[in-house]
Amino acid sequence: MKEELQKRVVKGPDGVEFEVEPLRDYYCEALPQVERPAYAQIIEDLFNWARSESIWILGFGTGCGAIEMRPLMTPRFDAYRYGIQWRPTPRQANLFVISGYLSVKTLKRVIRSYEQMQNPKYVVGLGSCTINGGMYFDSYNTIKRLDQYLPVDLYITGCMPRPEALLAGFLDLKKLIRAGKADGANHYAENFAWYKANQKQVIQDWDMPDYNW
Amino acid sequence: MQTNLLDIHARLQALLPVGELQTQRADLAFLDVPPSLLRATLLQLRDREGFTHLVLLTAVDWIEQEQFQLTYLVCNRSARLDLGLRVRIPREPASMESIHELWPTAATYQRELREMFGIDFPGSPRLDEDFILEGWTATPPYRRDFDTLKYAEETYAERPGRVTYDPAAHMQQQLYPGER
Repeated sequence: MKEELQKRVVKGPDGVEFEVEPLRDYYCEALPQVERPAYAQIIEDLFNWARSESIWILGFGTGCGAIEMRPLMTPRFDAYRYGIQWRPTPRQANLFVISGYLSVKTLKRVIRSYEQMQNPKYVVGLGSCTINGGMYFDSYNTIKRLDQYLPVDLYITGCMPRPEALLAGFLDLKKLIRAGKADGANHYAENFAWYKANQKQVIQDWDMPDYNW
Repeated sequence: MQTNLLDIHARLQALLPVGELQTQRADLAFLDVPPSLLRATLLQLRDREGFTHLVLLTAVDWIEQEQFQLTYLVCNRSARLDLGLRVRIPREPASMESIHELWPTAATYQRELREMFGIDFPGSPRLDEDFILEGWTATPPYRRDFDTLKYAEETYAERPGRVTYDPAAHMQQQLYPGER
């Protein structure tokens, strides 16, 4: 383990000593929980309608596909008319678009960001790379199947998919959410051990908490 | 008077036993330099000949000859000339003198070469820290004896059903079905 990650006592600039434990999660000590549906179907439908009409994307471009998200923000494609917008932090977002190839180094950051997002949350895999590796099938440093490491609700095929394809994908995602079928986050919570085992298999230096959200 | 690479090479050869000039363009040439003379050559070029900019430092794996070739590309900005110095070092153990005192940027290149080719540059700052790969334990991936495809197949999960077509045959079938 790196020295900077070890538990230690630090002396602050004001002379006060305090203990630092970088790997401890100060915000949440609980594993991800399964989100149960509301007490009545009609209420759950209302919630799902609200969720589907406010898709907030985490502004985290993991690969080259992120370039296709910029035109969506512009007046030409204008994703905002569907209630889709981009947010700067994981806690404000509920959709993670994995935009293209995912190197192991980025996967580590993606996992942390995903676990910091609050429920309900969805993952969209964009481009061939997230499906079967695409043109990076023989790369020493990129994963080939995103669904081994994160629960994927929807894939958008193409290399690269055009902004129109992304819009179509987002509309499909809306339908899934309204039908209550976009339950990737619950799947992640249920199969947490399996996902963690897969993640740890490729991330050699695991130097982060096992969960935080 | 216009400086050109031939004059610079002639002046360099009068001082140091460097190799022949291999001219690629009027403003780009390469030069073989023994490892022990690299520092002297670079100092001469930088301080006397105006090659003040280190453009890049990169490596080539000549696995058949059991050598690495390091290329130091320097640029004279006022005369618009580029000169590449080629240094051959043994592949095992791969070690080369660090030039981070001449150009601080070289330290970054040397960190990259350390990680990707496993070439050691003793004394270079932060050399053994992770640069791009994190926690890499296998053979350095840019070495030619590293089998990328095999590594990817062993390490990363695959989705079954992936097919590879020969592009020429596939497009012929798509565009002109039935023809041979």
